[in-house]
Amino acid sequence: MKTFARITILFCLGVFLWQSWDFPDWGDKDSPASSHLSPYFAKNTMKDSHVPNIVSAILADYRGFDTMFETAVVFSAGLACFFLLRRKPPKTKSKYYRHLPTGITVKITGEGKEPSKDSKVFRQIDSLWTPYDLIIRKTTQYIIPFVQIFALYVVAHGHYSPGGGFQGGVILAATIILFAVSRNLVAGLRWVSEKAASVSAAIGVFIYAGAGAMCIVLGKVFLNYEALMEVFGTDSVMARYYGIFVVEIGVALAVTTVMIWLYYNLSSSGKHDEGL
Amino acid sequence: MSPLLDLIILSMTVICAIGALAVKDLLGASIVLGAYSFLLCLAWAIMGAVDVAFTEAAVGAGVSTVFFVAAVFHTTRETKD
Repeated sequence: MKTFARITILFCLGVFLWQSWDFPDWGDKDSPASSHLSPYFAKNTMKDSHVPNIVSAILADYRGFDTMFETAVVFSAGLACFFLLRRKPPKTKSKYYRHLPTGITVKITGEGKEPSKDSKVFRQIDSLWTPYDLIIRKTTQYIIPFVQIFALYVVAHGHYSPGGGFQGGVILAATIILFAVSRNLVAGLRWVSEKAASVSAAIGVFIYAGAGAMCIVLGKVFLNYEALMEVFGTDSVMARYYGIFVVEIGVALAVTTVMIWLYYNLSSSGKHDEGL
Repeated sequence: MSPLLDLIILSMTVICAIGALAVKDLLGASIVLGAYSFLLCLAWAIMGAVDVAFTEAAVGAGVSTVFFVAAVFHTTRETKD
């Protein structure tokens, strides 16, 4: 079986390499993509939507339908992970709390009374708890705000610089994952709860699809942002510009929260009690 | 861009790809896969596809490595084959 797999892989590799000779050279002016589509986008993007970053305009405007389903795919990935993994944590398991003023660890088993969730004195910790490292705590504490501002910059400046909703959303999610890794999963859940994550993921997809549906209501085809010119109070070109911005925000919201949701489910194998 | 840099990055990418398959320790394999993603991101940045490179850096090298590590922690660390 193993030799068969190897032969198949080598055969496929050979076919790929053999076929790759037929590809146009990198940056070839006469290749089909460069001779038909690229000149059109390069010539008309500024005229159509005032967006200097052509990639953003293609993703959210010319090929907006495609990107909408990409967002839906990300959302369904989060949903599938939730349905596969999520389960209730076992009730009999003992929980560990730390008494913050003294630093004493308290183990609560079975029927013992647990401190309230927003207790200032007791904080829940993992059973494999290691003392918080001062360097890691402080570094993440100082890095996270800057990374979050950068993520928002990437989302908001998708028109001008590389980036957009997808990348900015992933970076924003990475900060919260970083927080959950550096403290523990419960701390991350206190910041962004599971309910907030799942609901905002759905809201993100809804913003995108809703922006498209608004265009139908206002009398144009689906995702033709020109219809939104009265909503934004601008001409049709700037309406496209703002339409791209609105769907980028939808993508960013969906991607951020789906990534956080995926992390919660994967890192605790669906129990949401202890993370990595 | 100099062909030498292209050659170095491409050969490192291939080495990382083979390494990620060959390493028995799955945690190590996911880290090597992250390195592979990052090298691929460099290759794309050199070719001028900055948006794709950005996505690869954020998703491939960043978040998916965390997901792989999380998955490895809750399954087995050694491969069977």
